[in-house]
Amino acid sequence: MKKFINDPADVVAQSLAGLAAAHPELRVDTEEQYIVRADAPRAGKVGLVSGGGSGHEPLHGGFVGPGMLDAAVPGEVFTSPVPDQILAATKAVDGGAGVVHVVKNYTGDVMNFQLAAELAADEGISVETVLVDDDVAVEDSTWTAGRRGTGATLLVEKIAGARAEEGGKLAEVAAIGREVNAASGSFAYALTSGTTPAAGRPGFELPADEIEAGVGIHGEPGRRREKLRPAKELVRSALDAILDAKTFTGPVLLLVNGLGGTPLIELYLIYGEASAYLEERGVAIARQLVGNYVTSLDMAGMSLTLCQATDEMIRLWDAPVRTPGLRWGA
Amino acid sequence: MDVTLAREWMRAAAGAIAADADLLTRLDAAIGDGDHGVNLNRGFTAVVAALEKTPPETVADVLIKAGTTLMSRVGGASGPIYGSALRAAGKALPPAAEVQPADLVAALHAGLEAVRKLGGAAPGDKTMVDAYGPAADAFEQAVAGGADLAGAAGAAARAAAAGAEATVPLQARKGRASYLGERSIGHQDPGATSTALIFQALADVS
Repeated sequence: MKKFINDPADVVAQSLAGLAAAHPELRVDTEEQYIVRADAPRAGKVGLVSGGGSGHEPLHGGFVGPGMLDAAVPGEVFTSPVPDQILAATKAVDGGAGVVHVVKNYTGDVMNFQLAAELAADEGISVETVLVDDDVAVEDSTWTAGRRGTGATLLVEKIAGARAEEGGKLAEVAAIGREVNAASGSFAYALTSGTTPAAGRPGFELPADEIEAGVGIHGEPGRRREKLRPAKELVRSALDAILDAKTFTGPVLLLVNGLGGTPLIELYLIYGEASAYLEERGVAIARQLVGNYVTSLDMAGMSLTLCQATDEMIRLWDAPVRTPGLRWGA
Repeated sequence: MDVTLAREWMRAAAGAIAADADLLTRLDAAIGDGDHGVNLNRGFTAVVAALEKTPPETVADVLIKAGTTLMSRVGGASGPIYGSALRAAGKALPPAAEVQPADLVAALHAGLEAVRKLGGAAPGDKTMVDAYGPAADAFEQAVAGGADLAGAAGAAARAAAAGAEATVPLQARKGRASYLGERSIGHQDPGATSTALIFQALADVS
């Protein structure tokens, strides 16, 4: 393993300290391990808190700021945060109007956020939870852990964050978040596995000409192994999987997301193929975003996310946002 | 079981998890994200420290304190699951410095019930329930047959180990391994394996 680290055990804490030093407009509690807007709590504003394992940066800490999250709670690498941390962040952003938890659908995240929401309720804070489960590679079933939360998390955090920023009530902010999730689908390919600092070796090994289809964002193998094909074909397969799983008539938000180890030159190539294929399928793109946003450490790979957008979603997507990872109009 | 033995159990569990952290991590890398050993090791190290800092006076409080510590230090799914198992087991015990094997039967089942309630896992889902369930049953049967703590704990440890091995051919239906679908078949479940280590630790100190 070659990484710019000092000790695998200290990666999360030391990265958090660096984030704090680089972004004085944020407040970082290194003791309880959460990142919060410097002006939190804001009286009367619904607080938006998200979190999960570290290793997905800029998700979630890079999305804290006006127009998006009020706080982010990073756990250890690929490990959900603990209830104490989530509770501390929830209290830090509660301005009396309630708090929305944006939770990616993983067993650990769901359990820890649920425990934290119960503790917050004991302290008189109303919490609504928005569960993100957009990954169509996983079959949805009540008998399993269900679909994973991946790229759509960014869309939910941006759009619900804008709704909270303009004064939306707790139920309204949660409702638009759930609406975005329900309207979204994602699919990912990996060319290589990522390496967690703790494990020190890749999660899986791939021969030079093989890829993993239907991967998540935690270095686990995907649904199946395939031969590497030209990008055009992979993009079409990924979009077919998404278009088969949910109805997309357009206009859509399209996120072309890198998993951490794929350069922008490839992501833009992918965007070109994706936009051409969507045009062929008669699906208009309303807004698009290209970059490494919901990552899996140093995994080379990409995910595509589509969201069937309403006018209201597009209006909120366009609203100003000022965070380390996403910034426009402000 | 007296309060000293309860503390020794937790210390032995911590030692076993530290010793086998690499194995747990390897098993987890195959069908999860490869951090089960690291996370549990961090949690049980904190448990040992917490029990030494302010030693509880009842067996129940040892288990409750251990559970609370795991819940607030481990994260992931294993933190809440192991945490609530130990807390539920502790709460099911009489508040005494020494408890009887029959008390532990009830405590083990209360812990199992908490795990199943929180995680929603049934036997055969390729989770720690597949080790814990047989262990609790074996402990109960041994006690019913007149075994002492050492005998019952030994039976539970053997059942847990067999249960963990029996997860190999199963397809995961819960947790991160479930995302792999059929590809989860052929691998031993890391959660069931760590559960077997904890029952073996009980047998070792009894």
